[in-house]
Amino acid sequence: MAINDQAHDGARVRRPRSARRSALVAVLSASALGATAVSAGVASASSRTTRAARVAHASPFLACEVTDTGGIDDRSFNASAYQGLQLAKAADPAISFKYLGSTSTSNYTPNINTFIAKKCGIIITVGFDMASATQAAAKAHPSQKFAIVDFTYTPAIKNVLALHYDTNQDGFLGGYLAAAESKTGKVGTFGGQDIPTVTVYMDGWVAGVRYYDKVNHAHVVALGWTPKKVRTAGSFAGNGLFTNDFVNQTLGKTEASTLMAQGADVIFPVAGSVGLGAAAAVKQAGAAHYMEWVDTDGCISAPQYCSLFLTSVTKGIAPSVKAATLSAAKGTFAGGNYNGTLTNGGVSLSPFHDFNATIPAKVKAALVSLKAGIISGKISTDPDSYPAG
Amino acid sequence: MPDQPGARNPAAPAPASSDATSDATSDAAPPRPRRPWPAPLRRLVEANVAVVTFLSVFSALLLGGVLIIVTTPAVLHALANIVSSPGRALGVAGSTVGDAYSAMFTGAIFSPSSLGHAISTGHGWTATLTPISESLVSATPLILAGIGVAIGFSTGVFNIGAQGQLIAGALAALYAGFAVRLPIGIHLPIVVLAGAAGGAIAGWIPGYLKARTGAHEVITTIMLNYVMLNLLNYFLTTRPFQQPGQSNAISKTMPSTARLPHLFGSGLRVNAGLVIALVLVAAAWWFTRRSTLGFSFRVIGLNPRAGKTAGIDARRVTVLVLTISGALAGLAGMASLAGTDYFLSSGYGGNIGFNAITVALLGRNRPVGVLLAALLFGALEVGGRNMQAVTNIPIDLTSVIQALIVLFVATPVLVREIYRLRGTGDGSIQLSTSGWGG
Repeated sequence: MAINDQAHDGARVRRPRSARRSALVAVLSASALGATAVSAGVASASSRTTRAARVAHASPFLACEVTDTGGIDDRSFNASAYQGLQLAKAADPAISFKYLGSTSTSNYTPNINTFIAKKCGIIITVGFDMASATQAAAKAHPSQKFAIVDFTYTPAIKNVLALHYDTNQDGFLGGYLAAAESKTGKVGTFGGQDIPTVTVYMDGWVAGVRYYDKVNHAHVVALGWTPKKVRTAGSFAGNGLFTNDFVNQTLGKTEASTLMAQGADVIFPVAGSVGLGAAAAVKQAGAAHYMEWVDTDGCISAPQYCSLFLTSVTKGIAPSVKAATLSAAKGTFAGGNYNGTLTNGGVSLSPFHDFNATIPAKVKAALVSLKAGIISGKISTDPDSYPAG
Repeated sequence: MPDQPGARNPAAPAPASSDATSDATSDAAPPRPRRPWPAPLRRLVEANVAVVTFLSVFSALLLGGVLIIVTTPAVLHALANIVSSPGRALGVAGSTVGDAYSAMFTGAIFSPSSLGHAISTGHGWTATLTPISESLVSATPLILAGIGVAIGFSTGVFNIGAQGQLIAGALAALYAGFAVRLPIGIHLPIVVLAGAAGGAIAGWIPGYLKARTGAHEVITTIMLNYVMLNLLNYFLTTRPFQQPGQSNAISKTMPSTARLPHLFGSGLRVNAGLVIALVLVAAAWWFTRRSTLGFSFRVIGLNPRAGKTAGIDARRVTVLVLTISGALAGLAGMASLAGTDYFLSSGYGGNIGFNAITVALLGRNRPVGVLLAALLFGALEVGGRNMQAVTNIPIDLTSVIQALIVLFVATPVLVREIYRLRGTGDGSIQLSTSGWGG
């Protein structure tokens, strides 16, 4: 009770001052209240004018993104979709954009509904997780335009553009390059979760490694993913390493270290920002350990590790989201399913950046002819087409 | 400050008694220059649970405002020129914070303009009521899991496993949903009971482990969260649970007979889960205050040794508490699944299980307190969503505000000092516990 006694003593000895102080407090708080009222008045007035100004010179079109639980800065598909919106604005300044993050799957529907109420010209939803929420909202609001990243609807929905990417095609090129650059004869991959959008990359990548072995009579082994022997078309099943997380970088560090301990010298994480942990481990491992980045050009999305990236196996989410947004803004939007391939540039291998000088011309030439072969359909990206390891 | 027990309840003869306490220390001689405020008013300026909580919320919102100011480039830019144009700087700061909080309010409760429109035209009631409906929807699982955690806390059992129990309840409810075909009148109660049973089992395990082996429930419940999370991921890609025709980790959807009906038409998502939650709040109040078993729970929480001496089987109580706590968390998982989501995917439940702990603390482990805290948190979350959609201030701000509220509530001395409150009914968070490992 020491504090209280002191307070009582103080009150007795210096009562006038404390009274004055409380009066002062009262005045201050009253004036503070007044100030708030005034500033609130100013606030609404000024916001009204800015709003009016905004409406006057721009922006009848609003593009909105709902992220999945990975969040807007996952350095992966949520970030790519957002980048697509930024690109769309750069192309057409009349477009403005917003996003809403989701912390749980329960947020998807209310987030979408919030944006429908905000009269967004197009709503971009990200990930298969949001497929049913998007479908339900599209059905309930047939005039609202949607685009969903990483999903295909069968049958297609009229007011939803479903964006899907054949990343096994550029994954194949990435696997070939990894095998060509490996000195230890071992390369490794791991995924964020055992789901098709992840394993499709790993399937193509492993196929690329096997193809390299076949044509060069080499024995490079791909660790971390073993495609299932017999699969139905379009499924990407198998056994492999998964972090079951797209955020926790420590897990990426662990997986990459495990793979390197087994002798892998090129690591291909397919796990969003978990890959940053892998990059830290690869950097720590020192010279002659490399990586390939996934989804976006790593030298742009994670430039601090650019010196480690042989290349990036990218997925053209940003360009296709940009195209969808621009078409919605222009009124030429058409729903249905879009499939990104090497042919239409929807998926591609990024530039080699720091490794441009070190990658042999022969390998570069092989990649060019491989790309042509995949486009023409002469070269299969199915790992079952080639003998394993 | 345990030596002034009377201050917490300055009831009818309050003026006399509280004068007596203060006069005893301040020498009593000179009569006060003016009488203090009348009792009801004075109670308002004295520290008590309600006042401290209210001021904690107020302070958290105030600090949230500061955070908005220092993280918004436009405001910082205006503040940089505060010397040359102070009015504009304050105006920009005020408008930014004002816009953010008014967006939060209109997103969580109602928008006055929309209400006016609905009243004058008779149309648009659904749009007007959507914010409050959404707040109730997001509060529902928090209420259920919150009272579960609170019952544990007030018995001295730290159930940190609400997240895992919630997933267990959701999985069980989902299975009951798609495994059988029944009319809704029979099917829905089975789904509800399955949710409770799933959570109860997940809660019983750490309870049994503690009673049998003394394994501390904090550790076992935390670890079981991971078990459940990964079990969910496993089930989502496995035959009976996975959505047919999908190779993604998504479950089957609940048939219409297994869904909690909407309370006010299909336009508003508020559903019968809220009714279940409210009934259980009342039941929990009755249980802790009026029932023999609840009394023995409280005794064990307040003083395990005295309880044991009085013949209460502490082991049995531990197992029962965790089972009940788990059942309530399981119902929370069921309520989201059968009320709004209708399917499960990986990471189901988000942070509900952990927010439930915060809600229980803020509600001081009392059912009605938990109810109010859950409503506040639900409203903050829904309001935060609208705030981000309107003003682009990230919804993460609401997590910060929620954390600050609890921080202030947990340090009532700080609140008392800031606002110069008298009295010592501090309303601090009191955890009945026999101590770590007890």
